[in-house]
Amino acid sequence: MGFMTIDGRKVEFTDEKNVLSVIRNAGINLPTLCYHSEVSTFGACRLCTVEDDRGRTFASCSEVPRDGMVIYTNSGRIKKYRKLIVELLLSAHCRDCTTCVKSGECVLQDLAHRMNITSVRFQNTRELRPLDTSSPALIRDPNKCILCGDCVRACSEIQGLGVLGFAFRGTDAMVMPAFDKKLSETECVSCGQCRVFCPTGAISIKTHMDEVWDAISDPNTRVIAQVAPAVRVAVGDAFGLTKGNSVMGKLVAVLHRMGFDEVYDTAFAADLTIMEESKEFLERLGEGTSLPLFTSCCPAWVKFLCDQYPEYKDNLSTCRSPQGMFSAVIKEYYRGYEKNQGKKTFVVSIMPCTAKKMEILRPNSFTNGQQDTDVVITTTEIIRMIRNSGIEFATLTPEACDMPFGFGSGAGVIFGVTGGVTEAMLRRFADKHDKATMDTVAEAGARGEEGIKEFSVTYKGIPLNICVASGLANARTVMENIRSGKKHYHIVEIMACRRGCIMGGGQPPRAGSRTKAARSKGLYQADNVTSIRKADENPLILSLYDTVLKGKTHELLHVDSY
Amino acid sequence: MTIENRDDLLKQREIAQKEIDSYTCRILICAGTGCVASGSEKIYQKMLELCRDLPGVSVQFEGHVPHIGTVKTGCQGICELGPLVRIEPYHYQYVKVQESDCAEIFQKTVLNQQPVERLFYKKNGESYAAPEEIPFIARQTRIVLENCGKFDAESLDEYIASGGYDALSKALFDMTPQQVLDEVDESKLRGRGGGGFPAGRKWKQVAAHTDVQEHYVVCNGDEGDPGAFMDGSVMEGDPYRLIEGMTIAAYATGSQNGYIYVRAEYPLSVARLRHAIRQAEEKGLLGDHILGTDFSFHMHINRGAGAFVCGEGSALTASIEGDRGMPRVKPPRTVDQGLWAKPTVLNNVETFANVPGIILKGASWFKTIGTEGSPGTKTFSITGTIENTGLIEVPMGTTLREIIYEIGGGIKGGGDFKAIQIGGPSGGCLTKEHLDVGLDFDSVKKYNAIMGSGGLVVMDENTCMVEVARFFMSFTQRESCGKCVPCREGTKRMLEILERIVNGEGKLEDLDTLEELASMVKNMALCGLGKSAPLPVISTLKTFRKEYEEHILEHKCAAKSCTAMRKYVINPEFCKGCGKCAKNCPAGAITGVRREAYRIDPSVCIKCDACRENCAFDAVYVEY
Amino acid sequence: MLDQSYYTKADEIIAHYGRSASSLIPIMQEIQEEYRYLPGELLTYVAKEIGVTEAKAYSVATFYENFSFEPKGKYIIKVCDGTACHVRKSIPILEALQKELGLSRKKHTTDDMLFTVETVSCLGACGLAPTMTVNNEVHPSMTPEKALELIAELRGDNV
Repeated sequence: MGFMTIDGRKVEFTDEKNVLSVIRNAGINLPTLCYHSEVSTFGACRLCTVEDDRGRTFASCSEVPRDGMVIYTNSGRIKKYRKLIVELLLSAHCRDCTTCVKSGECVLQDLAHRMNITSVRFQNTRELRPLDTSSPALIRDPNKCILCGDCVRACSEIQGLGVLGFAFRGTDAMVMPAFDKKLSETECVSCGQCRVFCPTGAISIKTHMDEVWDAISDPNTRVIAQVAPAVRVAVGDAFGLTKGNSVMGKLVAVLHRMGFDEVYDTAFAADLTIMEESKEFLERLGEGTSLPLFTSCCPAWVKFLCDQYPEYKDNLSTCRSPQGMFSAVIKEYYRGYEKNQGKKTFVVSIMPCTAKKMEILRPNSFTNGQQDTDVVITTTEIIRMIRNSGIEFATLTPEACDMPFGFGSGAGVIFGVTGGVTEAMLRRFADKHDKATMDTVAEAGARGEEGIKEFSVTYKGIPLNICVASGLANARTVMENIRSGKKHYHIVEIMACRRGCIMGGGQPPRAGSRTKAARSKGLYQADNVTSIRKADENPLILSLYDTVLKGKTHELLHVDSY
Repeated sequence: MTIENRDDLLKQREIAQKEIDSYTCRILICAGTGCVASGSEKIYQKMLELCRDLPGVSVQFEGHVPHIGTVKTGCQGICELGPLVRIEPYHYQYVKVQESDCAEIFQKTVLNQQPVERLFYKKNGESYAAPEEIPFIARQTRIVLENCGKFDAESLDEYIASGGYDALSKALFDMTPQQVLDEVDESKLRGRGGGGFPAGRKWKQVAAHTDVQEHYVVCNGDEGDPGAFMDGSVMEGDPYRLIEGMTIAAYATGSQNGYIYVRAEYPLSVARLRHAIRQAEEKGLLGDHILGTDFSFHMHINRGAGAFVCGEGSALTASIEGDRGMPRVKPPRTVDQGLWAKPTVLNNVETFANVPGIILKGASWFKTIGTEGSPGTKTFSITGTIENTGLIEVPMGTTLREIIYEIGGGIKGGGDFKAIQIGGPSGGCLTKEHLDVGLDFDSVKKYNAIMGSGGLVVMDENTCMVEVARFFMSFTQRESCGKCVPCREGTKRMLEILERIVNGEGKLEDLDTLEELASMVKNMALCGLGKSAPLPVISTLKTFRKEYEEHILEHKCAAKSCTAMRKYVINPEFCKGCGKCAKNCPAGAITGVRREAYRIDPSVCIKCDACRENCAFDAVYVEY
Repeated sequence: MLDQSYYTKADEIIAHYGRSASSLIPIMQEIQEEYRYLPGELLTYVAKEIGVTEAKAYSVATFYENFSFEPKGKYIIKVCDGTACHVRKSIPILEALQKELGLSRKKHTTDDMLFTVETVSCLGACGLAPTMTVNNEVHPSMTPEKALELIAELRGDNV
């Protein structure tokens, strides 16, 4: 608590952990390349350096605010130094901006523009290194790495994996997996958080936009889209709409205009997941085996568990992810000529997630030898495709999804935020669907952005211990607690990305705390306005069991093994 | 037997002293790194062999010999005159002793108490028998190096006999931790590692963390400055003093564990320290219940693995923790969150080695030495183009002139003094106009240099200052950890520019860019090493700008040192036209007709010197 | 694949220093001393045993100059290029050695695995500059000629 003087203005501060936050809260967007409030302070880019009244220079990210400080953020020499630092970074950076996947969203490019750097005096003498394209979800381009270490800290501190690390030192320093292995040879789970943290194009999404355009332009192919819940709250602000508001109707409209034959809501399959998973849970509870039940909708988490804790594979729900169930159902539906009319079915899944690109290649994502989902594109990619199409997104009239799978309950929608799966399952267990019941469920403890949430509910007199965690470092904590016998749970929901899919690796990056809150609020709002908020009350689901799924529930909705 | 109390310590001293007094003759052979390199090990073996041949006398290692003891001592200081041998009680100092001299020493001195005068140090026709008489030694004030070279660096007994552990027992039995803190604070002892931060204040800040149980004492023995070897000499020559100093620090600050981080290139220091720690533990001077009290302190040694940056405090603690030695942002400071994020006292070797003296003789005694702002002495390693290279200790405030001319014996070969580099690669150059500046923490800073750990490199007129700046920059560049952008990218670009200038490809605007980069790195780098990396450039650009400009504009290196500035020319008067030079020229730069004078094309010449080497008539010469 | 004996040795070393992250550097140092290099497979093994990620272990190993994933020669020659040695002309010694052994700034070890030539920033024997070490034994006041004689001598020992 106190006051400091920033550029001649008196500014009050409260509990900000560093001077940088005070400066930013005071409305000055001091540049940084290595500062993220969610990981440890690294202090390497030095761009947030400021000067005090005694001429001392210091990095504001690592200085604790003190009462009476007098700070200049833009003194003449600091400005010059900052510009030189960016020039130096550019001099050791692949500067093919026009063809860079990050162009327009790159922090470095942005800073070069802001600081009016029009030429670089130094030659790039870094050896050109090959790209790592081995991962199904991500591309690593070491030539664009500026060694800020954001990805390293995201991978180790938030995801508890530490696949990426610094290697060598000085100007030889590089970020890479151990022994410069390819990502596919590591324990990388394709969560994409490294890419979210990366300020440049050094780590990017492996894109599949061209495959989708090709399918759309093929008259013999029926192109079907499924849109995951978290996508709808992350697209709007790219087109000048209110941050976090659901734009599902506009998305359906634009996809139709772009040439998709049918558009469905993955929330429908989320309902299906709840039906299967709650059934599975009750069976396990009855038999007392393979508890706790681990959710299986997050592929990054599934890979994490299989790599790090293989002895717990049996605890994973055998349910396919909503994406997996949906694609299998769609493919089954269009199997016969009567339905497909000789057209090939091509399922495009639009996801907030990079790991989904990995999931569709898993052997258990194939039915009868056929790949269920043909292509996954991320939110970031769909935004580019919309821009590519030239369609004015903001002014589109919302449209409804197609039938027969075009409706998901509110329970399915909240899958996109941490705790959502659990809440949906608890709704399924509830006898009634009135507002009071729904509110009680909502307040049980599944909501909130904490990394690990624990609470108990009673189901038919049986107390159930539930744990909801997001972020794989938190998942590791949960697993260690289970392994050591310190904790006993019945249900454990884990999403690999902190706060759940709304902050997935495929979402538009540079999302600050306001964006995070808006996306989560957006999903709960979308849930609030649906008429049906329980998966088991979705009429489309109920009829599905009598039609497509008849005798095929296991084949289409479950996996045999992990 | 363990030493359980003060009386035990005094008893042990008596026994040790008796043992020492029982020798009729002691041969002290310097076993510092320098002398070992010159072959003192062989002298030691030879003397052992000779003494063993003496009928009725058994010769053993470490001085446990009746009548004649052969002892490995620590650095005696005048490295260039090694191997050094001292014979007690006659107090003869022999220099440059060869294996072939041993028989004579044995015959004359050991058996017949006669000196071997030809082995005495000689200067200007005078011969010096006793070490203290040699001007190099006579001019010094030895506190930290007091015992170095005087006794067996591997014998705790000898340390105790010379008064060792009196300070610790005084601290433990007569003083509270607070009194120890006050005494050190009062002495105004400043950290000898470079920055000169008051040690007492640092200790008090650590001690103040009473809410945290674990505290650490860490000794920085990662003396990485090229050209500095003072701390190495102390660790090798008087490891007990360091350990006692750290133990006192632990008592004062409530620390349970101590770490000494020794640089990888000092294997002898590691061996001596390990030995010393083991001995101290056996005697109850380290470990649980030291001297029978409730105070316990454990010590550990970490070896560096080859990274200069680990001399920086937070990089050093990161390295002890098993991580990359990358400095971290501060705050939190090391005193608040150091090793394993616990309050940590981090001082260098020399600082801790000063502590026993301060506790024993008091802060007021300490303050009689040195200057008001920087009391005490400072050790320097003095190298470069100087007559007497070696290790010295002088009161703070001693002038460069005294150090170079009176102790160092002047410029080697009688040349002209040009500059002295102080503070290593992070320091700056002082020149003729600074010869009468008294060296202490504050005065040095005024001239864009730093005390650093105290490496002094003397340079004469044959040293090119641009090349010196390039050399230091290549060092800091190579040793940059690569974390922060200013240091990683900035030093790289500065080095590129300096290399261009040295290679005769510089442009005048390069100097502007160089200054721009230097100023940015100095102000923006993350750690102290980065911030000081441009200092050699800044200080040489300021003082020797003319040399930079000559290199750029005239392609001239006044010091005749930069190869690229050389021009190879064939003197037609001497050339016989034999063609040997042309045949040996790898670049095909030499043409001519047989029996007529050949010519060198300077645009093709790569200055490899092959023509000059091969000319039988000395017809090839070099122009600058 | 490394011989089982390497893992047995690693187990011994790990047992001595203990299974914690702070043991990583001392363990690697001892392995390096044992085999004159740090076999990559052992690094991976040690990392797993002491509970640090492979990337972390690799990042530490590549940070410090002393660790090498390449086997080094029987004689490791370090030419000191500290300030004092540099001022007293250490570079010609390095160049003479490199020329004689067919080595360069990139290639440090001879094909017959007899010699490795490196530079070191300061050996702490500045009074005797220029210096170099052969397997930690310091040779004072070197010249290019003396260095070449030493090479000849060491080669002679290995005929």
